[in-house]
Amino acid sequence: MRFLSLAGRRLAAALPALVIILAGLFLLLQLAPGDTVDALVAQMGGGDASMIEALRRHYALDQSTSVRLGDYLWRLIHLDLGHSAIYGKPVAEVIVDRLPATLLLMGSALALAFAAGMGLGIIAARRVNRWPDTLISTLGLIFYATPSFWFGLMGIFVFAIYLGWLPAGGFGSIGSGLTGFARVLDIAYYLILPTLTLALIFLATYLRIMRASMLEVATLDFVRTARAKGLSDNTVVVRHILRNALLPMVTLIGLQAGTMLGGSVVVESVFSLPGLGRLAYESVMQRDLNTLLGVVFVSALLVITINFIVDLLYARLDPRISSGH
Amino acid sequence: MTIALSIDQLSVALPADADRPYALKQVSLHLNRNEILCVVGESGSGKSMTAGAIMGLLPDRVRAESGRIEFEGRNLLELNDAELRRIRGAKIGMIFQEPMTALNPLITIGDQIGEMFRTHSKLSRRETAERVQALLRDVHIPDPLAAARAYPHELSGGQRQRAMIAMALALEPAILIADEPTTALDVTTQAQILKLIRELQERKGTAVLFITHDFGVVAEIADRVAVMQHGVVVEQGEADTILNRPQHAYTRALISAVPPLTPPPIRQVAEESILAIRQVNKIYRKGGLLGRNKRVTHAVRDVTLDLPKGGTLGIVGESGSGKSTLARCVVRLLDPNSGHIEFDNVDLASLGRRELREHARHVQMVFQDPYGSLNPRRRVGELVAQGPIVHGTPCQQALAEARELFELVGLDPDATRRYPHEFSGGQRQRICLARALALKPRVLVADEPVSALDVSVQAQVLELLARLRQQLGLSLLFITHDLRVAAQICDHIAVMKNGSVVEHGTAAQVFGSPGHEYTRSLLDAVPGRHWTPPSFAGDIERIAA
Repeated sequence: MRFLSLAGRRLAAALPALVIILAGLFLLLQLAPGDTVDALVAQMGGGDASMIEALRRHYALDQSTSVRLGDYLWRLIHLDLGHSAIYGKPVAEVIVDRLPATLLLMGSALALAFAAGMGLGIIAARRVNRWPDTLISTLGLIFYATPSFWFGLMGIFVFAIYLGWLPAGGFGSIGSGLTGFARVLDIAYYLILPTLTLALIFLATYLRIMRASMLEVATLDFVRTARAKGLSDNTVVVRHILRNALLPMVTLIGLQAGTMLGGSVVVESVFSLPGLGRLAYESVMQRDLNTLLGVVFVSALLVITINFIVDLLYARLDPRISSGH
Repeated sequence: MTIALSIDQLSVALPADADRPYALKQVSLHLNRNEILCVVGESGSGKSMTAGAIMGLLPDRVRAESGRIEFEGRNLLELNDAELRRIRGAKIGMIFQEPMTALNPLITIGDQIGEMFRTHSKLSRRETAERVQALLRDVHIPDPLAAARAYPHELSGGQRQRAMIAMALALEPAILIADEPTTALDVTTQAQILKLIRELQERKGTAVLFITHDFGVVAEIADRVAVMQHGVVVEQGEADTILNRPQHAYTRALISAVPPLTPPPIRQVAEESILAIRQVNKIYRKGGLLGRNKRVTHAVRDVTLDLPKGGTLGIVGESGSGKSTLARCVVRLLDPNSGHIEFDNVDLASLGRRELREHARHVQMVFQDPYGSLNPRRRVGELVAQGPIVHGTPCQQALAEARELFELVGLDPDATRRYPHEFSGGQRQRICLARALALKPRVLVADEPVSALDVSVQAQVLELLARLRQQLGLSLLFITHDLRVAAQICDHIAVMKNGSVVEHGTAAQVFGSPGHEYTRSLLDAVPGRHWTPPSFAGDIERIAA
């Protein structure tokens, strides 16, 4: 019951933001020259004026902006994302087709960044100001300062072209007809480079937060108590420092969920993955308003959901939260 | 008596960039079995460093340079880390000042105590749980079963400290080191914890090294006393000798600075009241969008008090009694929910923002923490001049007045160009006073103004307050939890509990013949109440100079 009321309240708080984002984006796209029909006609290689006129009427593009915006929001209330003129099928279907690639990429990149960032952060904090710390911190800085498309391109160049170990792009071997576990392995194989590319920047953030957080917790009174109990250094770190140090890391997951989605646009483009990011990019180019708004809506829901899960996780990790203190 | 631990000529060196080369210099102490040795001193005296050296838990870059710490025939300073770990916790237990932060907030109490057995013994889970229960019963925690499952934040301060003690005594160590274990607690809780430590010590024959800054606590619990100053033991001996016939000038000065619990002769105070607090209420509401989990706290409940002109009204009570909330309502840092605060025929409680600014100058406030209440990025002279400048005094004139104020509160006028971090705690509190006085207020609200200060500094600041009251004709609303301080400076005293004033009268009445049961329990809980500190007037000036 508490869980449901918390979820409900979260969603209610996010609704105004969602409406503002959707309406803003809708109006912004009105400023761009050309519309869906222009893009369609260009694909067909041209058409006469009366057909264009008919198409505009068909897609309700001859209506005023405010009417169309009202229309869209009204349909959204019925959870109807509309129809994509470019793909010729409902937007919901288009998005569901593209969602798995993005979710897999985000999930694996997040897991990698979190786990590796945590591990390296712990090592750096335990050897603070000695060479492992310097090495890790410098690496972190490099990862953080380098743009991810460059990492992607260099990854393709080195591992796919020069060494030939990994595929240069795509989401699974085409036409291989693999099923079951073999297919999973195949997709994982294709995802190695994109995941690494997307994860590196976030890894650097997690690493720095984990290091700082470990060092801060290590100065707290209860760590002194733990040492006064005669615990070994490793036990003190694992039992007393680690869990407390993880709290800011968990907060960061929620904060970075949106950024990560943004980062996946670049990575999906570089590695030609059929994901949401690329779908959004293509919809902008083709003025496919319905699809674009659908992508934004789903992404926003995704970020809200992740933040909600993070909140639950946080309450699980820190008993002070759930009791309302 | 056999010696449990002896420290011989111990010197502890500080890193090169510290303000002095040694934290401890040639310290020699011994701790007998079955006794409580109090190590007493002000901040920076090295008393906590001594405990750190025994436990092998000195801060980074601080190391014991020479000397011996003998325990069970071995020199602790020569042991390696693994050997020390077998002694820590198992043979020497330790409890700390802040029971809130000294326990891991994410682990249950039972688990944290059980960790002692997991680390030092091979007991099964069930045996461990049973031993934890026995320990919690030993320290008289109400409902030990629930306490073992509770997280630290779910217990009160006193219960947390009981849990700490249970943990430290889990393996029946020969020695218990207690580093200011009652400083963060309320006076009644403090009395209970002191009694508990005494009881457990006698039952188990433990040797206790009790570190404190409070001579009242020393008088309450010590068998022997060692007095430290700047890393040197200046005097040690039987508690009775040190407390009543101290030899060293520093000990004498410290003891003289302890305010006696009996109020001085009554001062003549005007009948007329300058500030009238009438039925003030402050209610905090919390949570509950749809009315669930809603909590209403009556922080201040129907308080009616009068502050006599030129007099001092003390408000005493434990934490959560609402005394600070009341003070904040008087200066309108908080808005009372109902009631009147009359000053000069104006109801301060109902003033709007603009009128309030005009009237704010007449009632000024001094806060508890002199470290947190001065903006570290501004020169102290500017901080003092800020108020008058806001109220329209030209900048040059305000700064000149700030210099005069510095002289008034006993600081060098040239110090106005320095920054807050360049001053000691006592000096900062003087700056805070100067800042409050800059607006020429007629009422000064002081919220625990001396609680964060060492005892000798505390005496000086109290003296200054008394002098200013006389010199400037100030009326003082003095909030404190320390009954000794209240006895010294207050003409009238109001005792608060759970937001209400339970007793109210002159200092002599409240201390001499308390009417309310709660007042009596507060007075009974004052540590060392049966001990009247002897006075050595001449020594204080010498130390201060």
